[in-house]
Amino acid sequence: MVAVEVHNLRKDFLRRDATRTGLWRKRRRVPALEGVSFTVERGECVAILGQNGSGKSTLVRLLSTLLLNDGGTAEVFGYDVFKEPRAVQRLVNRVSVEASFFKKMSSEENLAYAARFYGMGPSETKTKIPEILGRVGFPSDRKHEGMEHLSRGMQQKVALARALLTSPVLLLLDEPTTGLDPRSKLEVQNFIREIRAAHDATILLCTHDLDEAELLSDRVGILDRGKLIALAPSDELKEMYDAETLEEAFFAATGRAFEEEDHDLERGVFA
Amino acid sequence: MSTMPGPAVMRGSLRHELIGLRGVVERNAYLIKRYAWWELAFFIWSLANSLTIVFIAKGVEATGGQINLEQAQTSLLIGAVIWSYLGIVFEILTETVAWERWEGTIEYTFMAPLARSVHLIGMGLFAVIYGVIRSALLFTVIAVMFSIHFHNADFFSALLILAIASVSFIGIGMMTAVLPLISPEKGMQLGFIAQGVLLVVSGVYYPVSVLPGWMQWISKISPATYALRGIRSAILEHASVVAVWDDIWPLLVIGVVAVPLGLWTFKAGEVYAKKHGKLKRSG
Repeated sequence: MVAVEVHNLRKDFLRRDATRTGLWRKRRRVPALEGVSFTVERGECVAILGQNGSGKSTLVRLLSTLLLNDGGTAEVFGYDVFKEPRAVQRLVNRVSVEASFFKKMSSEENLAYAARFYGMGPSETKTKIPEILGRVGFPSDRKHEGMEHLSRGMQQKVALARALLTSPVLLLLDEPTTGLDPRSKLEVQNFIREIRAAHDATILLCTHDLDEAELLSDRVGILDRGKLIALAPSDELKEMYDAETLEEAFFAATGRAFEEEDHDLERGVFA
Repeated sequence: MSTMPGPAVMRGSLRHELIGLRGVVERNAYLIKRYAWWELAFFIWSLANSLTIVFIAKGVEATGGQINLEQAQTSLLIGAVIWSYLGIVFEILTETVAWERWEGTIEYTFMAPLARSVHLIGMGLFAVIYGVIRSALLFTVIAVMFSIHFHNADFFSALLILAIASVSFIGIGMMTAVLPLISPEKGMQLGFIAQGVLLVVSGVYYPVSVLPGWMQWISKISPATYALRGIRSAILEHASVVAVWDDIWPLLVIGVVAVPLGLWTFKAGEVYAKKHGKLKRSG
């Protein structure tokens, strides 16, 4: 069964002409995604690799119903992302690079707020929130503490709990381990594996981390300057580009080293 | 259209929407609790502002003006409290976007399966509950400080008018709530401008009759005009619901128009934000 089907997806943003000054600077369309097509099978984990500004976050935000497309189609379990957003929203949740919570509110209060939007009443969240916080390894004695007092790793665990609380069948992970210390990173990665095994969730993982992509995903895609230039299991990718490592494959596919910054400044804003 | 992955996740119902509405109210209550000391500070600010206004009546008398002091003080107090109430309603509704963007939660909230109308009504409902409590407290404290008595007051009529006017205030608040979505940096301030314009034409501290003709014309479409006039009649002249009907029916008409217009405006702003990539934490 196809979980995600994206066909010829395009998203442009209007940008002011940086070479001109004054009040009436011209605007022009800059493509953030161009003709992106792929499918993800139910239960599959697909990683999308790309540099800053490659369009990874734009792709996640399109599938999250936070952006409207300028061309092409995207479906989640058969529902049109742009025409039937409510149906899609019930199936999807996400974890981003920034944990993003009401900082003064506790983890329990933040999770309750998120859960209400998905139709979970107090009787349900009363048992489910402690259970899910326990599963992500969050200490129960800190559940009443304001989020601002928690470490970044701890906040990211609560972000995973928030995503999982609503039982999404499609989980969008946008650099979920960026900026975490090695131990927290490992814990989050282990939990992603567990989610997949226990919940039969489909995962789209956008990441900078080549090892993470190889470790967690069934297939790896390379998104470069808004174009998906390859999508295959990591071994096939390496074979395809006659490379020893995923990093070499990335270099061969894009003509740039993975760590090298994209000098197309205009694209930086899409990250 | 393919088969649905699970019946539980696909169940859309009135119960779901009501739980979502509760979530919005609950979250605002959590924030009030967590920012309790700030709430006290803002109350003192409202109190200082309102006192400044009510002292004007004493000032007029002290400089030889012939006025009915208690009536003038009550009239100014009503103006100051309604100004404060409207400020609370607009501010909370504008925070629908502004606060979420500041905390970075906006993307999670706007990708959740809750009708935007329910989301906004939840914000409006909390604004009215919170606004009524704070305004009643403000009204009482100032009345006690100035020893104002309300022998002729019909508080039932006054509260009914406030409740009906609140529907219109929520509708207009929804229109201003969209501004931070379009302009993350200046949108919230534009909400204050809308509040100021609304009150200058509505006779907040003076009768509408003193305004120039063109302003009087605008005052006819402002719900605050009818709210202020009706509440003043109820409190100063013991006007019953029947007696203030001339102020109630325009409020009902404006409310019926303002809420759908507010929802439509917000929705249009949301579509604009989704097209231009503004529905995100950094704007």
